Amino acid sequence: MSLKDKLLSSYIAFEDHLEDDSPIHDLRNNAIKVFEEAGFPTKKEEAWKYTSLNALLKQNYSVFPKSEATVELKQVKKYFLHDIDTYKLVFVDGVYSSFLSETTHDSIDVCLLSSALNKPKYKAVIEAYFNKTAVKDSLTSLNTAFAKEGAYIHIPKHKEVEKPIEIINFSTGNEAAVLLQPRNLIVVGENAHVQIIERHQSLSSNAVLTNAVTEIFAEKRAFVDCYKIQNDSENASLVDSTYVSQQQESICRVHTFSFGGKITRNNLNFYQNGERCDSVLNGITILEGKQHVDHNTLVHHMAPNCESHQDYKGIFSDSSVGVFNGKIYVEKDAQKLDAFQQNNNILVDDKATINSKPQLEIFADDVRCSHGCTIGQLDEDAMFYLQSRGIGKKEARALLMYAFANNVLESVKIPELKARINKLIANKIGVSLGFEL
Amino acid sequence: MSKYTEDDLKKELETKEYEYGFYTDIESETFPVGLNEDIVRAISMKKEEPEWMTEWRLEAFRYWQQMVEPDWANVHYEKPDFQNISYYSAPSKKPKYESLDEVDPELLETFNKLGISLDEQKKLAGVAVDIVMDSVSVATTFKDTLAEKGIIFCSISEAIKKHPELVKKYIGSVVPQRDNFYAALNSAVFSDGSFCYIPKGVRCPMELSTYFRINQAGTGQFERTLVIADKGSYVSYLEGCTAPSRDENQLHAAVVELIALDDAEIKYSTVQNWFPGNKEGKGGVFNFVTKRGICEKNAKISWTQVETGSAVTWKYPSCILKGDNSIGEFYSIAVTNNFQQADTGTKMVHLGKNTRSTIISKGISAGKSQNSYRGLVQINARAENARNFSQCDSLLMGNKCGAHTFPYIEAKNKTAQVEHEATTSKIGEDQIFYCNQRGIDTEKAIALIVNGFSKEVLNKLPMEFAVEAQKLLEISLEGSVG
Repeated sequence: MSLKDKLLSSYIAFEDHLEDDSPIHDLRNNAIKVFEEAGFPTKKEEAWKYTSLNALLKQNYSVFPKSEATVELKQVKKYFLHDIDTYKLVFVDGVYSSFLSETTHDSIDVCLLSSALNKPKYKAVIEAYFNKTAVKDSLTSLNTAFAKEGAYIHIPKHKEVEKPIEIINFSTGNEAAVLLQPRNLIVVGENAHVQIIERHQSLSSNAVLTNAVTEIFAEKRAFVDCYKIQNDSENASLVDSTYVSQQQESICRVHTFSFGGKITRNNLNFYQNGERCDSVLNGITILEGKQHVDHNTLVHHMAPNCESHQDYKGIFSDSSVGVFNGKIYVEKDAQKLDAFQQNNNILVDDKATINSKPQLEIFADDVRCSHGCTIGQLDEDAMFYLQSRGIGKKEARALLMYAFANNVLESVKIPELKARINKLIANKIGVSLGFEL
Repeated sequence: MSKYTEDDLKKELETKEYEYGFYTDIESETFPVGLNEDIVRAISMKKEEPEWMTEWRLEAFRYWQQMVEPDWANVHYEKPDFQNISYYSAPSKKPKYESLDEVDPELLETFNKLGISLDEQKKLAGVAVDIVMDSVSVATTFKDTLAEKGIIFCSISEAIKKHPELVKKYIGSVVPQRDNFYAALNSAVFSDGSFCYIPKGVRCPMELSTYFRINQAGTGQFERTLVIADKGSYVSYLEGCTAPSRDENQLHAAVVELIALDDAEIKYSTVQNWFPGNKEGKGGVFNFVTKRGICEKNAKISWTQVETGSAVTWKYPSCILKGDNSIGEFYSIAVTNNFQQADTGTKMVHLGKNTRSTIISKGISAGKSQNSYRGLVQINARAENARNFSQCDSLLMGNKCGAHTFPYIEAKNKTAQVEHEATTSKIGEDQIFYCNQRGIDTEKAIALIVNGFSKEVLNKLPMEFAVEAQKLLEISLEGSVG
């Protein structure tokens, strides 16, 4: 039985547990129909030209993990940002772990999507926002059909959240292969500020496929800072779709750090609905072995006087594959716009591949749009300069790679997180520089 | 003096009819509409082709039947009904002319209206013109001068008869029959085109040139061009096109193959000014062209194009950099106005070591047109030290048009160096103000700025073409700033 058929029949079983008349139920029914018609994306689709899921789909994934998995704190402590206090939403094999989490309802809501979907007091918010910005493509629809658990974050007007919120999804590997479909809903009210750190981590070498969907709504003058850390084990694959809907004068920044995993596909979509929005999309990708990361970004400008900045850096070793497929779409009303897109890549080994497709679609005349893409090597003169001053070859290389990725690293606003990412990069490059950069 | 406002400009542009919109009544021999194996055989027979050519066409036709028309390009149009087109039309009086005096005076009139007086060109420019009118070559000049050097420059049907060994060896070697839908169609039904062979070590002393015209109502134009530059030779080839006004859309599906052997250099320049449709977007030519060149060791192919015409353009002149140290270049200006749509760009496929490619593309969109750049830069695993530089700039005039960029960059070698940059902007009010203030009126100022914007590409055109191209740019864009 193919995975598609399995999912379709699982849905029928899943549907039995649902309330009959909720509007969400209709949503699910429609979503599963979309998935049934479209199926999993193939390389024939332009958006998936460089990434094939075929190898992943052959696994016999269990859709609903059976056994209740338990995880000891000491087992996973290293994945938390323990130097600072944070709110935590921890899910183990898709099930909420109250023991590892720290939620709140004190003036802000940091809790579970399952309770938000079921409790009447959240009904208004769910009706106003749930599945409103997500694109109805096949994988997102699949997630919508099965969505039952994930983070629910609602920051009301004028509220500045004092500590970052961590969303962590663990998979234990109790099953041979597991398919997880977390669904997050983040609503940030007028003038509110929030920082979010998201991570997917598998604790064994068993296969995991995560099809995550996150919806972020930034109301007027809201500020959202989001960090995605992708440093998973080599059998873990991730399709992470994030949809950001921005209102007037809001600022949204999403940083993606891709260091691990087998196949990672990031669909990052920004919709600027109001004037003077600012969107920032940054990423550092450092890959080795046979890893494959595909960044698919869209910034859809619909209103005037907005800005968007994209900056993706990639370093590719061994036979890793990097894909960047960025699109800036400017509607004819989005005048006086500044939109920039930058994608720089370093190929370290001969078998590594980079496919880059930075696109512009522009229907407004009074705009400044540019994109740049480079593929190259570390500067030999710079290497020589460093080596002539007594810095070893390996360290010199690492130093230059740091410098290459630095713009993006500098934009991380949580110092503890920055230190953590620094360490991850040092690990990945295989050196310890012994000083902070 | 009343002020010459932008509205006036707009009005003038809108009322400006296609200058080359006339129709010459020459008794044409036209095949019945539709396409099947018999028609393909008939075309081949009509052209007195050898057996292998007929077979080659039929093979292409069979591939074509299995193919579907591509729709990935960023253009929207009503697909032509391929069974409603006549696939062959040739001027029926087809004597072999010794001099221009013998040419049908009506035909000469056509060329005069186009401003390509043969005599004048002969005298002034030293250009040998192989004129193609509705697919059949009617006049070839300077043949003797070229023959002295051993250069073969003739129609492709003549080449099939006289130099079958060359044609057989190279036709379809760069663009195979099954390459794509339109290439397959062209391979099956091509009516005529140009053939050019430059022998070893010869530098072609003059610019070779062909003018294409679509003339007969309801006939497709299927050109086939084959240029072979043997080792160490050089040739500069010019191609220019205009088509008269017609209400229904006309189809043009050409194939151009360039072969640059070791150390050879081919420079291929195009000025395309097919009828773009009127200001309501009615009529105009569908231009679906496959152009590709292959570079052997140390060879160089340079494409330069100025695209101002056609209702729909679908064209990607490409270079396969097969040999080590070979060079590919692509310089393009694409102008779209009113309802024109263009999806054009290039492919640079790096296979050999130390290969280099440069892409400069300038898109100008005005009116309600859509202009897309679509390009591929592919560095293969064995292409060490490959180098590419791409620059795509777009200029938008008014907020009803669109500019799109779809670059594909694929690198599989760590020594590759690829740079791509693209910008989009409009003509600044301050720039125009600056010119106005110095006594240059708005229209001139726009021409000036557009010329400056496209200068990098215009500079690459041969002298005679550059002047014409500049004029074309001005005509296509007059008054389109809003």
